[in-house]
Amino acid sequence: MVQKLDYLKETPSQTAGPYVHIGLAPGAAGFDIYDQELGWDIAGPNAAGERIRVEGRVIDGTGSPVKDVLIEVWQANAAGIHAHPEHAGEVEDGFRGWGRVITDFETGEWGFDTVKPGPVPGRNGATQAPHLNLWIVARGINIGLNTRLYFSDESEANAADPVLNLIEWENRRATLVAVRGEREGKTLYRFDIHLQGPQETVFFDI
Amino acid sequence: MTKPGEFYQRDRAWHPPAHVPDYKTSVARSPRQALISLENTVSEITGPVFGHTDIGADDNDLIHNYAQTGQSAIGERILLHGRIFDENSRPLPNTLVEIWQANAGGRYRHKKDTYLAPIDPNFGGCGRTLTDDNGYYYFRTVKPGAYPWRNWVNSWRPAHIHMSIFGTAFAQRLITQLYFEGDPLIHKCPIVNTIPDPAAIDRLIAPLDMNAAIPFDCLAYRFDVVLRGRRSTLFENRLEGN
Repeated sequence: MVQKLDYLKETPSQTAGPYVHIGLAPGAAGFDIYDQELGWDIAGPNAAGERIRVEGRVIDGTGSPVKDVLIEVWQANAAGIHAHPEHAGEVEDGFRGWGRVITDFETGEWGFDTVKPGPVPGRNGATQAPHLNLWIVARGINIGLNTRLYFSDESEANAADPVLNLIEWENRRATLVAVRGEREGKTLYRFDIHLQGPQETVFFDI
Repeated sequence: MTKPGEFYQRDRAWHPPAHVPDYKTSVARSPRQALISLENTVSEITGPVFGHTDIGADDNDLIHNYAQTGQSAIGERILLHGRIFDENSRPLPNTLVEIWQANAGGRYRHKKDTYLAPIDPNFGGCGRTLTDDNGYYYFRTVKPGAYPWRNWVNSWRPAHIHMSIFGTAFAQRLITQLYFEGDPLIHKCPIVNTIPDPAAIDRLIAPLDMNAAIPFDCLAYRFDVVLRGRRSTLFENRLEGN
């Protein structure tokens, strides 16, 4: 007999279910319980960089908006630094870089305000184009879906991005690029996530 | 300064697949293209950090955190406790654990839940806490009831509590559900049975823990969680260009 490897196995995932809001956004479930809910302010008041809004929908395989999704966001600041212990003190006071957002129960629309991140280091000395990491959970999603949001006004950086270039099918790369626009003088990016179908968004096994 | 290491790959055969026809809602919500395998970058091996200023001192007491003064939630009182580890058996201190659940009658306090069982005016149904230095957490709550849901005509969920855990990196993010030892509904449930390996299902069943039960107060159930483990050394294929 060889020696036994003593790694533990990860706890298996289960769907977040239809009532995920009770736990992670109780105000949306219809009641007020915590002094403060977490994740509504991604960038904080002091973050440098361009203030942006991102909006979209999550679309299922029938073409219908999914109305009970919860999305979490993780991003670097405008200087390309994540608010993580190894970088303590290097981000603006109040910048957490993490947020969570839920869809409107009637329309399936979601949206959040943040700052546009800067490029961040990639593997092997490469540079990654500015991006947000997204994690999507909902009823019917058995294990959280990881994807990324890139920015349409960064076409040069996107073309060199090592992660986008991992995607063999060039026509699928566009599913990760949010389209820049403007509303009432403010920058607005549109990003629809397709769970299935010809426009299926690229999801990652990270 | 050391950089955090990347994670061991996730065992996708151990987790439920996206598309499980017996769990009907998964059919239209499951990606059909293969996931793109991505070696971790700094964007995946970092994650948010939470502290005691983020949460309230009583947020982990569901018996009282929504009850009127002097009142408490109705139901079988339980202590739900355990530890959070990574795959290297290291406890994860200071990690955020959030739970949500139905009340003792199987009813959720949610504007979308219309089940005929009553709302408990003294029960909200959510709690959160940070693990201590040993990765230990606990909640006081009531055991949730089973409830019907629309899958087959007569489908009932086993009693369960939803749990969300952060760990130290976005790549460790996990939501799961825990079940209670001895519940005959567990193995009939199409959501439980999205998990292909019976040994993996067993990992979600919390045993009755009489050693932790408090006399004349509450029973106890134990639920340990394992999040993904990190490599302890950086590889030659450097993560960052430094």
